Amino acid sequence: MSTNENSESRDERGKAPAGERVADWADGRLGIYSLAKSNMRKIFPDHWSFMLGEVCMYSFIIIILTGVYLTLFFHPSMNEVEYHGSYVPLQGQLMSEAFNSTLHISFDVRGGLLIRQIHHWAALIFLAGMFVHMMRVFFTGAFRKPREINWLFGFLLFVLGMFTGFTGYSLPDDLLSGTGVRFTEGAILSMPIVGTYISFFLFGGQFPGHDFVARFYSIHILLLPGIMLGLMVGHLILVFYHKHTQFAGPGKSEKNVVGMPLLPVYMAKAGGFFFLVFGVIAAIAATTQINPIWAMGPYRPDQVSTGAQPDWYMGFAEGLIRYMPGWEINFWGHTLVLGVFIPLVLFGLVLAAIAVYPFIESWVTGDKSEHHILDRPRNAPTRTAFGVAWVTVYMVGLIGGGNDLIATHFHLSINDVTWFVRIFFFAGPVIAFIVTKRICLGLQRRDKEKVLHGRETGIIKRLPHGEFIEVHEPLSQEQLHTLTAHHQYEPAQVGPAVDENGVERKIKGSEKLRAKLSNAYYGEDNQIPKPSVEEYKEITSGHGHH
Amino acid sequence: MKKLSARRRHPLAAVVVLLLALACTGGLYAAFAPASKAQADETSQSLTIEEGKKLYAVGCASCHGKGGQGSSDGPSLVGVGAAAVDFQVGTGRMPAATSQGPQVVKKKNIYTQAQIDQLAAFIASLGAGPAVPTKDLYGPDGADIAAGGELFRTNCAQCHNFVGSGGALTKGKFAPDLQGVDPKHIYEAMQTGPQNMPSFPDTTLSEKNKKDIIAYLDSVNSSKTVNPGGLNLGGIGPVSEGLFAWIFGLGALIAVAVWVAARTAKAKKS
Repeated sequence: MSTNENSESRDERGKAPAGERVADWADGRLGIYSLAKSNMRKIFPDHWSFMLGEVCMYSFIIIILTGVYLTLFFHPSMNEVEYHGSYVPLQGQLMSEAFNSTLHISFDVRGGLLIRQIHHWAALIFLAGMFVHMMRVFFTGAFRKPREINWLFGFLLFVLGMFTGFTGYSLPDDLLSGTGVRFTEGAILSMPIVGTYISFFLFGGQFPGHDFVARFYSIHILLLPGIMLGLMVGHLILVFYHKHTQFAGPGKSEKNVVGMPLLPVYMAKAGGFFFLVFGVIAAIAATTQINPIWAMGPYRPDQVSTGAQPDWYMGFAEGLIRYMPGWEINFWGHTLVLGVFIPLVLFGLVLAAIAVYPFIESWVTGDKSEHHILDRPRNAPTRTAFGVAWVTVYMVGLIGGGNDLIATHFHLSINDVTWFVRIFFFAGPVIAFIVTKRICLGLQRRDKEKVLHGRETGIIKRLPHGEFIEVHEPLSQEQLHTLTAHHQYEPAQVGPAVDENGVERKIKGSEKLRAKLSNAYYGEDNQIPKPSVEEYKEITSGHGHH
Repeated sequence: MKKLSARRRHPLAAVVVLLLALACTGGLYAAFAPASKAQADETSQSLTIEEGKKLYAVGCASCHGKGGQGSSDGPSLVGVGAAAVDFQVGTGRMPAATSQGPQVVKKKNIYTQAQIDQLAAFIASLGAGPAVPTKDLYGPDGADIAAGGELFRTNCAQCHNFVGSGGALTKGKFAPDLQGVDPKHIYEAMQTGPQNMPSFPDTTLSEKNKKDIIAYLDSVNSSKTVNPGGLNLGGIGPVSEGLFAWIFGLGALIAVAVWVAARTAKAKKS
C-alpha cells in the first residue's frame, strides 16, 4: 500500500530513520501495521483485581524459564546410585539418579538451589494466583456471555496446573514425593475394574517400578505445560477479542471500554509488573526454604514419615481422603475401597461444580445477551452465596488435609479435628450459603437506603422544636448511577398450562425446575428491588422526607 | 634353707625381716584396698537408694504405690530401670500433674541430677532394667550420620517426621519435636519407650544404631543445623509452605497490584 510512496517521498528528503525502515521491512512481510493499528490502542480498564491474571501469567513464565534451567541438570532416571555429593548426612546412601541429580542441583550446581526454590515457590504462587483470579471472575460474573469458553479455558488451566505441579513434585523421588505418588497409586487402584490396569500401565508394573520418574518427567516438562501454554495463548486471544470487562460507572456501558490504551500505558505497567512479580518471588525464594529434599531422604517404599502432605493445591484432595471413613465392600473376592473411591469421585465433582456453574446460571436466567459490565457480588446474592459455599467446601478440605498439623500446633485432638471437618463438609457450605446471601441482601438494602436517603454524615442536628436528626448528604449523580446500574432479573414463571388454542400443554419437569431455581435467584426476598426513578423523585422532592 | 638359717643371726637379719613384713602388709593392703573401697561404695549405694526412696515417697508414691508396684493412677515401676527414671524425671515429665491431658508433656525439671540419680537407684533396686547410658554411648564420636538417617526414616519418621519435627498421634497425643532434646534423653527414650513410644532395646536397635540416630538428629534438627535454602518454616513440609505462599507470596503480589493500579497515568488535558 502506501509504504512505497512513503519511502519514495522520504527519499527526496534523505533516508528514513533506521527504525522506520525496519518496521517497513517487517510490515511488507508480516503486515504488522494493520495489526498494530487495531491493537496498539486497545483499551484496558484499570482495577487491581484485573491484574491477578497477570500474576498468573508472569509466574507461569518464571516457572518455564527456571524449569528449563533445571532440565539441564536433572536426570529423570530411577537407576540406583550411591551418593557421593557434598551433603554429609546422606553420604553413601543408595538412591535413584533422579534424587541424586536433584541433590546435585541443590548443592553443587551454581545457583541451582535458588533456581529450584524460585521454580517451586512460583508454582505455589501460580496456582494460588489462578485460584484467586478464578474467584474474581466468578464473583463479578465475568464468566457470562460471551466469556463462557474463556472461563472453561481458565478452569482447565487451573486443573492442568494442579497436575503439572503434582508431577513436578514427584520428580525428585524423595521420601515425601514418593509417599505422594503412592497415595496416587492408591487412588487409582480404588477405581473399580479399571484401577489395577491403569496402575500397572502408569507404573509399568508393580509400584514403584523403574519408569514413573521418566514418564512423569515427559508429562511434567512437555505434555502438560505444552497444553497449558496453548490454553494460555487462547485465553489471552479471547481476552483481546472479547475486550476486558469493567465495573459499572458513569460513562461505562456494555458497548464501550473505559480505560487506558495498551501502548504505551499498559505495556509499561505490565512490563514493570512482570519484574515486580519476579522480584517478589525471587526474594521469597532467596530467603525461604521450600521442599528440602535432602532432609526428607531418598524414597523407599518401606519408609514413610508423618506430616506427609502434598503441595497446597492438592491439599483439598488429601483432605477428602483423610476425613473419609475407611469404608470398604468385599464381594466375590473383590474389594471396593469406598474410603478412597468416594473421595476420588468427590474431588472431580467439586471441581466440576464450579466449572459448570456459568452454564447453570445462564440456563436459569435465560439471558442470551452479552455482558461486559461486571456485577458487584452483592447484586447477585445467590451466585455469591454459591461461590462462598464452594470456597468453604474447598477450605474444609484443606483443613482436613492438614489435620495432623492443626492438631499438634493448636494442641487439639486429631480425632476432633477430623470430626469437625466431617461435619463441616456438609454443614459448612449450607451455613456459608445462608449467611452470605443474608449479608448480600443486607448490603443491597444499604445501597438502596443510600440512594434514596443519601449518605449518613454523622452530623447530628437539633431542630427548633427539640427533635434530633442526623443529616444525610445526597449522593452525587455518579454514585447514584454506580449503585443503580445493575440489571435485576424477573423470576421466570412456568408457562400457562394450556396453549393458545386452549389445548392442555405438557409442562416439562425441567421447566418447573427452572422456574423454581429462578424464583430462588430472583424472587421476592431473594433480591432487593433497586430504587426506581419514581421512588427517588418522590423522596427527594420533599414529600417523603422525614 | 641352710643358707637362710646360717644367716639368721646376721646383724641385718632384723632389718630384712622388717622390710619383708612391711612389703607384705603394704602388698596385702594394696591388694585388699579396692575391695574395701567397694565395701564403702556399697554403703554409699545403699545410702543413695535410701535417699531415693525418701524422694520417691514424696514425689512419686501417690500414683506409683509405696513400693513402686503401681496403682490405678500410674504403672508399676518394677523393672523399668534407671534409664526410664532418668528420662522421665530428667525431662520434667515426672512427677506428672494429677490431672494431665492426653499425654504427659515435658516441663521444667525440679530435681537436681543427684536427686534423679538417687531416684533412679531406688527404682533400679526394685528390679533389673536398662541403666542410664554413659556418654560414650550417645556421644558423637564414631557415629555414621547417613546410616542414622536411614534408621531414623525407617523406625522413627512415621511419628516424629523426616527430621524429628514431631507429629500427631490419636486423640490429642503427639510425638514431640526432638530439637533441643538432650542426646542422653533420646537414647533413654529409645531404650525404654516412654508413653506411646515403642521401646527399641539393643536387640532391635543396637548401641551403634542408637548412636547413629542421635548423631543424625544432631545434624538435621538442632540449633546448629544449617538450612541451605533459608528459613525452614518449621520443617513440617508443604502445609506451612502453602500457607506462606498464600500469605507472603500472593499477599505481597496483591499488595503490589493494588499499588500499581493506584498509580495510573493521568489523561492529558487538551
